Amino acid sequence: MKKVLRVLSLCLMSLLTILPTAFAEDPAAAAAAKIDTGDTGFVLMSAALVMLMTPGLALFYGGMVRTKNVLSTLMQSFFIVGLISVQWVLWGYTVAFGPDINHLIGGFDWLGLNGVGQEPNADYAATIPHLAFMIFQGMFAVITPALISGAFAERMKFPAFLVFTLAWATFVYDPVAHWVWGTGGWLREMGVLDFAGGTVVHIISGVSGLVIALMLGKRKDYGRKAIIPHNLPMVLIGGALLWFGWFGFNAGSALGANGLAASAFVTTHASAAAATVSWVIAEWMYSGKPTILGAVSGCVAGLVAITPGAGFVSPLSSILIGLAGGVICFFSVSVMKAKLGYDDALDAFGVHGVGGTFGAIATGLFASKEINPAGADGFFFGNPDQLLTQVIGVVASWAVAIIMTYVLIKIISVFMPIRSTEDEENSGLDIAEHGEKAYAYQDLVTEFSGAPAFMSAPVVSEKATFQVAIEGDKK
Amino acid sequence: MKPLTKIEIITRPEKLEELKVAMQEIGAPGMTVTQVYGCGLSKGHKEVYRGKEVNVNLLPGIKVELVVCEVPVELVVDTAKKVCHTGKVGDGKIFVYPIANAVRIRTGEEGEIAIIDPED
Repeated sequence: MKKVLRVLSLCLMSLLTILPTAFAEDPAAAAAAKIDTGDTGFVLMSAALVMLMTPGLALFYGGMVRTKNVLSTLMQSFFIVGLISVQWVLWGYTVAFGPDINHLIGGFDWLGLNGVGQEPNADYAATIPHLAFMIFQGMFAVITPALISGAFAERMKFPAFLVFTLAWATFVYDPVAHWVWGTGGWLREMGVLDFAGGTVVHIISGVSGLVIALMLGKRKDYGRKAIIPHNLPMVLIGGALLWFGWFGFNAGSALGANGLAASAFVTTHASAAAATVSWVIAEWMYSGKPTILGAVSGCVAGLVAITPGAGFVSPLSSILIGLAGGVICFFSVSVMKAKLGYDDALDAFGVHGVGGTFGAIATGLFASKEINPAGADGFFFGNPDQLLTQVIGVVASWAVAIIMTYVLIKIISVFMPIRSTEDEENSGLDIAEHGEKAYAYQDLVTEFSGAPAFMSAPVVSEKATFQVAIEGDKK
Repeated sequence: MKPLTKIEIITRPEKLEELKVAMQEIGAPGMTVTQVYGCGLSKGHKEVYRGKEVNVNLLPGIKVELVVCEVPVELVVDTAKKVCHTGKVGDGKIFVYPIANAVRIRTGEEGEIAIIDPED
């Protein structure tokens, strides 16, 4: 028991260390606490870019499910923009970044953003308004739980999803963000490098997704019927929006319009590009065809893999990270998932969990002080210890994600059903949970089930009759 | 009442335009077309999604239905055979059915007059 506790506390500690270096800049500037217009403009724009990632994720995931579940999948991302933004303003921000209590959690002093104003907070970002830092962080808090939804797509009840998301954000994301980024957070000093949230965002969301997928069980049709993505162009639009928004995510994490931001921008792009190529080549060799789904999945894998190292590695290193990340994630979703038999529906774990873990370790290999003096040298730059530090960070975040997600789901399942019934899965969650259908070619059905057509429209023209026949036949 | 016959042609989607033109030329321009899926000797194809293979053996086709009275049934069948033939698996099938009656809803006419174009 004691051992478990020790491991747990270690996990918690390392978790928080993940992103701190990015924020710890220039104590002199901090003292002056003067707003820089360039920095402020850049961070606000970056926050807007990161906001766009969540609707992008909705499309990326939505295109991958079947026609009958597309709305529920879109909703599981899009609604979080609303839910967690409110949570963040009311209590999320203060739990994550408020004045430290015992190195574990932020105090409630900033409840409802009380005291968070237009003046900079030198502890976090000395050259931008405190509110700009708050909203930039808020967008990270939004997308992280949305990433998890890929694991339980097509089979989780909406009320349970809401309660879980709110609880996970409050009891997992916010405290972990405090440990890693908050003033006084106990992981902040451990030295784990995580520039933009590879560990805090991607590992904990991906691993939590795996835990829920295992606890919920497989979709009814998994392995019995072909479950095919219903709209790959939608997946591409979503993936492209993610790629675009990721510039805000990674470059914006420099928290200033400066050279480091440019460096992170370039490594982000190079890694995404390299992984797009490597995933496609891997699948081409392995399963015979270069696919669009593979190209889009590859770019996301490359973006995940570079996230922890974006501000610490050189462009050449980032290409290596992207190349390897694409291949590793391809094999994790196409080979490992099939061998182990879990139903991670849209590969939240296969891409974010595995890619994030690889990225965190790769940061320990390729980090260089030449790129970012506030960082550290990695294994290939004469500092093998950094690799170990990164591994500790990874193990810690895995442990926190597994334990907390398991406990939360267990508790919630006492109060409400978590998993959709078989009938709901058959009819699709769009109808069962939201009472809507996604596509208008189903109009015929709704017309006849509403007011009887013969009462409201006495004359049916020839044209209309013809149309009805065609549409009916298509089905 | 002269005998009415329905000819149902199930074939490749890409043959539709050619078939329409050919039927017009032999004087049987009226038809109902449906998109269908079917399987038979055709093997189908393999699709791969993130490394996961899916065998698709229900292939898309079209079903063309014509009801004739004056135009000889053999002429329709022979024309369709000629147009739709490629010699490869998947060319499709032709079915011929006797029809008990036909009604033109607009005028209430029944029998052969219901399916013959009044302008002829």
